[in-house]
Amino acid sequence: MSTITPIVMPKWGLSMKEGTVIEWLVEEGCIITTGMPIIDMETDKLANAVEAPDPGILRRKVASAGDLLPVKALLGVMADQDVSDAEIDAYIAAYVTPVATDEEDSSAQAFQYIEVDGIRVRYVQKGGSTGTPVLLIHGYGGDLDNWLFNIDALSEKAPVIALDLPGHGQSAVKLPAGVNLVAQAGFVVHFLDAINVTRAHMVGHSMGAAIASQIALDAPQYVASLTLIGSAGLGAEINSAYIDGFANAQSRRELKPVLEILFSDPALVSRQLVDDVLRYKRLDGVGSLLVELGQALFCDGKQNEQPGLKLGSSCPALVIWGRDDRVIPVNHASNAPKGATVEILEGVGHMVQLERASEVNRLIIQHISA
Amino acid sequence: MARKISMKQAVNEALDQAMAADPTVICMGEDIVGGAGGNGEMDAWGGVLGVTKGLYAKHPKQMMDTPLSESAYIGAAIGAAACGMRPVAELMFIDFMGVCFDQIFNQAAKFKYMFGGKAETPVVIRCMVGAGFRAAAQHSQMLTPLFAHIPGLKVVCPSNAYDTKGLLIQSIRDNDPVIFCEHKNLYAHECEVPEASYTIPFGEANIVREGKHCTIVTYGLMVHRSLDAAAVLAKEGVEVEIVDLRTLSPLDMDTVLESVTKTGRLVCVDEASPRCNIATDISAQVCMHAFGALKAQIEMVTPPHTPVPFSPVLEDMYIPSAAQIATAVRKTIKGSK
Repeated sequence: MSTITPIVMPKWGLSMKEGTVIEWLVEEGCIITTGMPIIDMETDKLANAVEAPDPGILRRKVASAGDLLPVKALLGVMADQDVSDAEIDAYIAAYVTPVATDEEDSSAQAFQYIEVDGIRVRYVQKGGSTGTPVLLIHGYGGDLDNWLFNIDALSEKAPVIALDLPGHGQSAVKLPAGVNLVAQAGFVVHFLDAINVTRAHMVGHSMGAAIASQIALDAPQYVASLTLIGSAGLGAEINSAYIDGFANAQSRRELKPVLEILFSDPALVSRQLVDDVLRYKRLDGVGSLLVELGQALFCDGKQNEQPGLKLGSSCPALVIWGRDDRVIPVNHASNAPKGATVEILEGVGHMVQLERASEVNRLIIQHISA
Repeated sequence: MARKISMKQAVNEALDQAMAADPTVICMGEDIVGGAGGNGEMDAWGGVLGVTKGLYAKHPKQMMDTPLSESAYIGAAIGAAACGMRPVAELMFIDFMGVCFDQIFNQAAKFKYMFGGKAETPVVIRCMVGAGFRAAAQHSQMLTPLFAHIPGLKVVCPSNAYDTKGLLIQSIRDNDPVIFCEHKNLYAHECEVPEASYTIPFGEANIVREGKHCTIVTYGLMVHRSLDAAAVLAKEGVEVEIVDLRTLSPLDMDTVLESVTKTGRLVCVDEASPRCNIATDISAQVCMHAFGALKAQIEMVTPPHTPVPFSPVLEDMYIPSAAQIATAVRKTIKGSK
């Protein structure tokens, strides 16, 4: 029995309780390697492929297309050829889906709120308390759910903190005075002070990466390392169709094509994803806030501030880009600070950490362990 | 967004936030403050089902109990709206609209037109709709089509707490008269609702379930019956797409036509009486604009053309059931070209 490895429903993010199997991508008998996409899955947030956490031979598909199953439910069974079908049957029959504990189950408990500079922000902390934490900073119009597939994986190696920036997600609909990157970087530093973090591995996406770069310039003592994903602030161009479209879209019909610009595979933009963004955009004040922020940072297709270009080689930096990024051009990766590790991922758009989560997690873990 | 509240709480919260944000927003109606012989604010009823409970204590200058005379206070609300206030009048049951119908369809709905755009009537009339409450024929009707029929009125009928809050705040901010229909059997229904104030625009239907075989177009309580039917049909391999209209006037025909063009089949589910209702309207428009996309006859699921029965057994039979909806969907699949 010890050679039987279960494939179970993964937990993508704090609020995920169940997922729907769309289709199997591999056949029984197939030899599976770690990281191989094996099942297309859909949650109420997003569609994505389940990647194999372990290698082995797929002996049995337990879940079928269309099944709605809880987290940790048995999806399939891997085992060596010498394990008999009867043993596999017995394993499947005996498998009991672990019930989520209250603590795991309650996303309300996982989210915390703190007031910083008069702005209430939502954040999440996961993983142990020892070691330098990883701070995840999302981009323009995003929220901490942009790290849905990263928080849990990274928290196995280091404490992870992710926040909703001011005016984003479920933080207060208000921007730090000044609006520019310096103001936002200052705010994030004050946030770290408020939760008693003196130093962190800064991982930023898009505008969040520009904020991370700005922190490295203004308050380098807080920065253990930098990871810049699809980074703003490393060049001038930015797709104004995305920034303006996102700020101005009023309906699902208008928003969906805008969100599709973010991904290499537009099918990843699920109805729920569009609904979640609309829910955020329809909060009082968010529309004008996004316009104000967009104009301050990215007016007319130009990035007004480029802190990434001023970075020296003193801080270890990892730059990750999707080859098909349609928001910020991939050639900005060549402006990475001297000595930085640059990774270009093929077949991926702007939302690299969602579209190629395990690869990004692996690169970040490698980077922060160095 | 972990906080869940009921549709009843969503109405209360929307009114609370709208009154806090804008002193011209006022609420008026029968017993919306208190009544019932109570001594103080704490034992005030807050309307016939307690929807506005607690609001008087927070907004004493914006809450007004009115005499039991619909034509008087609906008229007063409409007049106040024409003079710059944003009144929200609670009319208890839509069944009582008849006594003040002139105020609504011949005055409020026409002011903007009759005065060359110089008068606006930003009034909201809230009322309960729907059967299943053992309240007999005079307190159970789904009269939404009567109001959707009148140019100049906007008609809203949400199916859940999230839509209720956003659509009610939108209704209050809208400069035209809005008939806001709350299904009494959905008051206890809970879902995740942001604490902050937000709006949902009129004329945007919501796709509550995606599917490729048949489109169900519906609203209000029937959204939930349709979801139950869809769950049963899914086990038979039939994937149903459910369009929740949310607002009946304006009507989001674009979403309906897009969905029918995709699925080729249509079932309209309406809790209103079968003649000249929302289901017949949608069916006619789909026939006119997307006839070529239809692979089968359109089916309609409605109550029979009778008053709502008082007998609980008959009332339960009167309201369209998930089983009836599933049968209608199967008919469209079977009847396909």
